[in-house]
Amino acid sequence: MNGPKIMFEIPIFGGIPVTETVTNTWIIMAFIVLLSIWLTHDMKKVPSGKQVIAEKLVGMLYNMVEKNMGKGYVNFFAPYIGALFTLSALGSLSSLLGMRPLTADFSTTLGWALLSFMMIQGNNIRCNGIKGWLKGFIEPVPLLLPINIIGEIANPISMSFRHFGNIAAGMVITSLLYGALASLSAVVLQWIPNTFINSIPIFQLGLPAILSIYFDLFTSFLQAYIICMLTMVFVANAGSEEAARGE
Amino acid sequence: MNNIEFYRTIVLAASAIGAGLAMIAGIGPGIGQGYAAGKGAEAVGRQPEAKGDITTTMLLGCAVAESTGIYGLVIAIILLFANPLVGMITG
Repeated sequence: MNGPKIMFEIPIFGGIPVTETVTNTWIIMAFIVLLSIWLTHDMKKVPSGKQVIAEKLVGMLYNMVEKNMGKGYVNFFAPYIGALFTLSALGSLSSLLGMRPLTADFSTTLGWALLSFMMIQGNNIRCNGIKGWLKGFIEPVPLLLPINIIGEIANPISMSFRHFGNIAAGMVITSLLYGALASLSAVVLQWIPNTFINSIPIFQLGLPAILSIYFDLFTSFLQAYIICMLTMVFVANAGSEEAARGE
Repeated sequence: MNNIEFYRTIVLAASAIGAGLAMIAGIGPGIGQGYAAGKGAEAVGRQPEAKGDITTTMLLGCAVAESTGIYGLVIAIILLFANPLVGMITG
């Protein structure tokens, strides 16, 4: 297994490398933008066809955010959570097309986790004020200050490692399986004298698809769901009850 | 075989063994998630109408319980593919 390939370099500051992950992100982003334009294009008062699907998806998203965070956060957070879920799910699912999944690169998930971290701290400051936010670190007793700080910093680290680890583990296991199946086919087919026929890795057909259902489909959606869920729960917990009710 | 090559081989072998040992961390989340899934099944049996809520709560709990296993996995991946310890002797 190798790291992401460097596609090209931006020739400023001594060359900034642009990796496969970044270019794949651009492709996914363009796809999401086109999908959104197509779904919301030509909207009517009485929905039909694709508009029904679009309204259903947006309604589900707003319901989920309202259920987990409260009425006060819906309008601000639902678009972000929807964007995060779509990018994460499609980014991991892109491995089905043979692209390198975005989330198999730690930088991507760390970026998302840091965004969530900023939102958690920002919401805490917004609801409790700077004084209240600082006071939260020495509660319940001042002795716990280092533990509280570590606890806050560990949050984005565990969130990003969880997402990265799940997708990267799937990638490692899939590539190991492909390697093993290639050698198995080579061993089984070596009695055939024709070098073209015995170099075909026949066992790679079909068998990896079963694992792919778990590692690509299930894990992608589950991890996207979990990162959104944790962001919502942590942000809502950092704020006060009044903010959740929208007062 | 010169000296640095010899040490390099030892460090590589030790890294591979270390990666294998790091994956022992997988035992903990396995037990924890199995326990969570068992309790989830029990809860669905007791209250079948709350199946949706129970499943989402269980998946979320499983994901959080998984972190320790993921830390072990990350250490193993770093040891296998990034080889930070080899750089110490050659560099």
